[in-house]
Amino acid sequence: MLEIKNLHVKLEEEDKQILKGVTLSIGAGEVHAIMGPNGSGKSTLSYVLSGRDGYSVTDGSATLDGVDLLAMEPEVRAAQGLFLAFQYPVEIPGVGNMTFLRTALNAQRKTRGEPEISAGDFLKLVREKAKALKIDADMLKRPVNVGFSGGEKKRNEILQMAMLEPKMCILDETDSGLDVDAMKLVSEGVNALRSAGRSFLVITHYQRLLDHIKPDVVHIMAAGRIIKTGGPELALEVENNGYADLLAEVQ
Amino acid sequence: MGAVSVKPEALATRLGGLSLPTGMTPARDAALARLSAMGLPGKRDEYWHYTHPSAFNAATAMPAAVGDNGAALFAGLDAVKLVFVDGVFDAASSDDLTLAGVSLSRLATAPEGHWAQASYGALEAAGQSPIARPWAALNTAYASDGLLIHVTGKAAKPLSVIYLRRNETSDVVLHHVVKLEAGAELTLLEQGPAASRFNHVLEVDLAPSARFHHIRAQGRDLARHAVTHIFAHLAAEALFKSFTLTADGALTRNEAVITFAGHDAKAHIAGAAMGDGAFHHDDTVFVTHAAERCESRQVFKKVLKHGAVGVFQGKILVKKGAQKTDGYQISQALLLDDDSQFLAKPELEIYADDVKCSHGSTSGAIDDGALFYLRSRGVPLRVAQSLLILAFLADTIAEIEDDVIAEDIRAQLETWLARHES
Repeated sequence: MLEIKNLHVKLEEEDKQILKGVTLSIGAGEVHAIMGPNGSGKSTLSYVLSGRDGYSVTDGSATLDGVDLLAMEPEVRAAQGLFLAFQYPVEIPGVGNMTFLRTALNAQRKTRGEPEISAGDFLKLVREKAKALKIDADMLKRPVNVGFSGGEKKRNEILQMAMLEPKMCILDETDSGLDVDAMKLVSEGVNALRSAGRSFLVITHYQRLLDHIKPDVVHIMAAGRIIKTGGPELALEVENNGYADLLAEVQ
Repeated sequence: MGAVSVKPEALATRLGGLSLPTGMTPARDAALARLSAMGLPGKRDEYWHYTHPSAFNAATAMPAAVGDNGAALFAGLDAVKLVFVDGVFDAASSDDLTLAGVSLSRLATAPEGHWAQASYGALEAAGQSPIARPWAALNTAYASDGLLIHVTGKAAKPLSVIYLRRNETSDVVLHHVVKLEAGAELTLLEQGPAASRFNHVLEVDLAPSARFHHIRAQGRDLARHAVTHIFAHLAAEALFKSFTLTADGALTRNEAVITFAGHDAKAHIAGAAMGDGAFHHDDTVFVTHAAERCESRQVFKKVLKHGAVGVFQGKILVKKGAQKTDGYQISQALLLDDDSQFLAKPELEIYADDVKCSHGSTSGAIDDGALFYLRSRGVPLRVAQSLLILAFLADTIAEIEDDVIAEDIRAQLETWLARHES
């Protein structure tokens, strides 16, 4: 599904190398987790994959089902099935959440050459998905993320994921700012979306989230590289011992 | 009276080709005397510092190609249609001047003894202090036509005024007088380019508990020059709401002078302006709170690109004794490139000690973070930009109470954005 090879990325403004050769392969239906200390390049990886400005790829490649991701505009990547759940979802005053969801869904359909969804079908769909995430009608009516609590914002991200039905989902520190109950709710939302054709890349600092969203593979990232890859037990090791041992091991 | 440059020769040149129309003679004579005392504005006048009045000072109107008047707005609304072509009332294209609860007549044909003789020019004259507004005085003196609207009850339908333009050098002066009796209600719609050079005055006198809604869409002519004034006087518990959409136009100066004379009244004035290239748009607003517990809101937003210029000069004056005043003012510009410019001068002058007044002014580009967020969800760049521009203007449209009208205005904005994508 997602193939990242020897990816090198610079932060344009500061001319600073952030990713120094990331190689990662995620198969269809797999859930991979990336853990790592602050500043290791986890969020940069998510932004580069989704096409945010300000980063330049100096070497390597990233493909989604064999198609070069890095050459596409962000909206085309989305239409191809890539989705980033933001660490800090953006507030957009003046744009209603429903308008936003419908515009996004129809835009993706249009890009893929599919017909637009009817207003009635859309309404039915959004109500059904929102209910599962305990998102009430008021939240749907409000402007995108404006006045939402931390937990509401993250649930809204998962709602978008559920509506857009991407095949490759990247979750960037979705657990940050969530209390135990909210984390459970968000995780249930994610787990409900797990399927043989849909893959996940879960970026997190803490093993906690991985108790709820069980990964197949865990990667440890440090200083712009994947330094170790293993099973779920690797996350537990980090939780118990911190990153210091792993970092020392590599050096 | 304010410090407007007195330039007798310039004024003589400006007025050279004009003669005073008949009717409303005492008011016209008085206005001409006011204008002569004020003279024409120049760059040194404080309120003409950011907007050059030369196009208005010139003896004749600069030719402006007749643009596409576009499809009429508010077509889905059941309204009394009133059409002016190059400033001349077109009875054949208009509905009958009859409407329950409303007495409607034309300035050009108002007979001696008409009710409006006591009103015509009165609010304009009062609005000349403390800041002189020479173009409004010129308007009262020389207006060739306009509507005289007296509302005694709840008007059964809105009045929809359509200004069409056929002539490339039309130089039009129109003056409307609106008087609402206690508890009366009226919605007035105005749309269209009107003239190559358009001077427009709207006087609105609201008796206690009267409610007046005004929605205006200034025409899309690129080369048009317009100077407009709204003078509103509110008695106790009256409501005044005015929204103006300006898309294109070489030079537009929209002034509003609003006075609260009675307690617990509300006035909201909003404007959305969009300009691309040779576009200079100026909102100059003066709100006077002279009574207790009144609420004023000024909400002005501009979208500017390719060197377009926006100006906002807004003042809230709270007089002694106008306690519990709630005054609010926001002016914002979205600059779509580095060439465009927004100049804002917010002013508060407060002589009461128990009031709530705030003002804010910002200018900036489209939020990159929001743009990326939308694109990451599959929304193409152009659509995302339009969505964010409309979101920026949403606060102004929110001041329109009627959903059908608001939707029409939103559609106009979308059409404009689609035409000006690059």
